[in-house]
Amino acid sequence: MSPASVPIASRASAIAWRFATVASVVTETPRARTIVLDVPKWPGHRAGQHVDVRLTAEDGYQAQRSYSIASAPEDARIALTVERIDDGEVSPYLTDVLGAGDRLELRGPIGGYFVWDNALSGSLLLVAGGSGIVPLMAMLRHRAAALATADMRVRHRVPARLLYSSRRWDDAFYRDELARLVQNDEALEVAFTFTREPPEGWTGFRRRIDRMMLAEVAWPPRERPRVFVCGPTPLVEAVAAALVELGHDPALVKTERFGPTGGST
Amino acid sequence: MKGEALRLDGNAAAGILSEVFVPDLTTAQATCANCGTIRAMGALPVYAHGMGTVMRCPSCDAVILRIARTRNKLWLDLTGARLVVMAAAAAPTVV
Amino acid sequence: MTEPFASRGFRRRPQPSATAGRLPPGQYETPDFPVLSAGPTPRISLATWDFALRGPDVPVARWTRDEFQTLPHETVTVDIHCVTKWSKLDTVWEGVSVDTLLVEAAAHGVKPAPYVLAVSDGGYTTNLPLADVTGGKAWVAVKFAGAPLEPEHGGPARLLVPHLYFWKSAKWLRELRFMERDAAGFWESFGYHNYGDPWREQRYAGDP
Repeated sequence: MSPASVPIASRASAIAWRFATVASVVTETPRARTIVLDVPKWPGHRAGQHVDVRLTAEDGYQAQRSYSIASAPEDARIALTVERIDDGEVSPYLTDVLGAGDRLELRGPIGGYFVWDNALSGSLLLVAGGSGIVPLMAMLRHRAAALATADMRVRHRVPARLLYSSRRWDDAFYRDELARLVQNDEALEVAFTFTREPPEGWTGFRRRIDRMMLAEVAWPPRERPRVFVCGPTPLVEAVAAALVELGHDPALVKTERFGPTGGST
Repeated sequence: MKGEALRLDGNAAAGILSEVFVPDLTTAQATCANCGTIRAMGALPVYAHGMGTVMRCPSCDAVILRIARTRNKLWLDLTGARLVVMAAAAAPTVV
Repeated sequence: MTEPFASRGFRRRPQPSATAGRLPPGQYETPDFPVLSAGPTPRISLATWDFALRGPDVPVARWTRDEFQTLPHETVTVDIHCVTKWSKLDTVWEGVSVDTLLVEAAAHGVKPAPYVLAVSDGGYTTNLPLADVTGGKAWVAVKFAGAPLEPEHGGPARLLVPHLYFWKSAKWLRELRFMERDAAGFWESFGYHNYGDPWREQRYAGDP
């Protein structure tokens, strides 16, 4: 469902809690998995939005967390990718216990600020740290869905670049899919950087994202790319500050800090 | 402004704001009543305290908005916003 | 009648049973020390830091960091309870008892009044009856677990009032203001209980 056709009335239903059913779970990394959900009367979402998830124990105790939607708006089901935070209250339940057929209470989609649509002009620069890749992957999936359509009015190529920081190769989500997206699209470039343990023989970046790396990867500020930065708070702050120092317009740099741990506990 | 481990972005307040406001407030422009800075609310520093959610001015740190849920009430303090401007959606006609 | 929904297999973190009797109603014990904040951590220079007791009128009793350090300090072990439901048992603090400060202040002509407003860097306030910060119930704390209080937890100094919900233990404390009449602080004017006794579960305004 494209954003222009999302009915206005559906906005009022965004706050309602509803029960989704887990259709399937997919292991992404040893610590993360994707939960694919059937959501009745889902009003559709925009890439970058999130849902709130609420768990209820038998004694009535409730815990609530936010998770970015990983799937493209074009998909019938929504997908959340969750990384397990040890000692977390909610994430271990979602990664270890929840299974196909279980119901999950959620509300959404939430958040119209940190979104990107194919209708927006300008190059797209995405900078992700850890699980911050999730909403940015929804943007890339949405962009790829537009390229797949036969409608030439929609099928324009927004140049896009992703800079994705992970501790090690095994921690990076969606590696195969990103490789396929790059292969099928000359206007998409993806650069990984590994901060703890790069894979053997790795010739790419092997450090925390810094100003020099951004100067290499980003378009020059005069091209006015739209930038989305998402991940643990320290990374987001460092990247946003570096981009502004390099001359990018702060109004074009949108950030979503995930908090000190970089994920929902 | 020095880095601050606890602060989040405006998106973090979007959920609770959606319980009060029909339009998405994170895309609205707010004017700080203290210093006059204008910013999209999605770009405001958010302190999701646990007792309540506080949105502050990125220039002067003044509280622009605070919202809290206590049992069966929602508390909203917008005195820190001199002005909030958002896109108006066309209201559908119910047939 | 359908059963209320419960997430299959979800439970809250298990509680050590030995501590159950020490927890006020609705609380659970945490081994961490969660940091909750309504604003950015003030970065305060110790060289310019001062702490004041202010009477309803002038005069004011004020201590610089060096002066404050010469006051008699106590080490106390207390349980603390946050209104967001976590409790931390046997926490160790070092600071100056408010009783001690009041004796010192009296020498400067500062007379207490029935109510106190704690005022912090960054604008946070919380209000308490005088009776709840005297008689060995409150301290201006400068150390936690043997080390100087970190900025994230309220350093250089915070108020410590363990018998009330922990929002009353104002971080980044700069002043205790005596007032003839009670005046609601940041959370007390925003839905939370004016007094905040965890043992009577006085979390929100209107709770008995």
